[in-house]
Amino acid sequence: MNKRKEQLLRGLIFGILFGFLLQKGGVTKYDVIVGQLLLEDFTVLKIMLTAVLVGAVGLRLFQSLGWAQPSPKAGSWGRNAVGGLIFGIGFAVLGYCPGTIAGAIGNGYLDAAVGGLTGVVLGSGLLAAAYPRLRAGIWKQGDFGKLTLPQLFKVNDWAIIVPMSALILLLFYLLESAGL
Amino acid sequence: MTWLTSVRWSPYAVGIGIGVLSWLTWLISGKPLGCSTSFARSAGMIEKMVWGEQAALKPYYQEVKPEVDWQWMLVLGMVIGSFLSSLLSGDFELVWIPSRWETAFGSGVGTRFIAAFLGGVLLGFGSRWADGCTSGHGISGTMLLAVSSWISAICFFIGGIVAAYLLYGRIA
Repeated sequence: MNKRKEQLLRGLIFGILFGFLLQKGGVTKYDVIVGQLLLEDFTVLKIMLTAVLVGAVGLRLFQSLGWAQPSPKAGSWGRNAVGGLIFGIGFAVLGYCPGTIAGAIGNGYLDAAVGGLTGVVLGSGLLAAAYPRLRAGIWKQGDFGKLTLPQLFKVNDWAIIVPMSALILLLFYLLESAGL
Repeated sequence: MTWLTSVRWSPYAVGIGIGVLSWLTWLISGKPLGCSTSFARSAGMIEKMVWGEQAALKPYYQEVKPEVDWQWMLVLGMVIGSFLSSLLSGDFELVWIPSRWETAFGSGVGTRFIAAFLGGVLLGFGSRWADGCTSGHGISGTMLLAVSSWISAICFFIGGIVAAYLLYGRIA
């Protein structure tokens, strides 16, 4: 098997695991995702923030050991804030995100498979058409490049990871105490 | 092995699983968990089929090549993984309209499909605008402490919460 095929096969296996986990978490369902956006069911946030905590600690250690060289994405206010808000509206109306829509299709949701998937592909194609103008215009607004939080606050990575983890655990404690 | 056949796992267990999975994708494939680029590649592949090779010359598709890559296979795998999980637990079911939507907006399949389509357009457009989605920015980028990802993730939820509240009539 050549290198490319091997890499594609690994992607497929990681995807099967990811989709399996999302389905077991219940986030392949419209009701759970919209429940999160209506602040009634915090499953989505619990899954995401647990993954962020575990991932951040592990990846920082692997980086120190030289096992992985993960690199953050560059960005700008015009790109991340504006795009994020557009995404958010679509997230609420569709009730799935690009990852969970794949999971929803596997779970049998036909609104995801027919209307949703067509829309996501079309929306991505529209962005491709608008790309030259966006890149030369609004995406340049408030450009900060590949900035990370430790660089922003001029501190050690752990000085962000440790308090971030503590805040995440505190939030979980508060949510569980409130019965959410 | 009852855990394989149970319908739901604790969200914390699922989160730990995804966190560990993100270690493995970096360690083994040198890549973050992410999904939305694959929909742009798919759009490019369709454009190539419809308009021929010249479609691939668009500046965007010069950077996001219209081809199957690691992440595209990841997304395909997610469909399979979710299918296997739901099959094992008996949670697989062909559903035309999610129950919560039906309660709020009625049982019209057309209405739901049009909304899903329009929401999908915004989601696809917005994810590529922001250069990532709930997994690429929301999980993978935030764990790398990227400012771009934290801004994006917070805006996903601000936009999503406001839109959901408006849609469900929680804001008069």
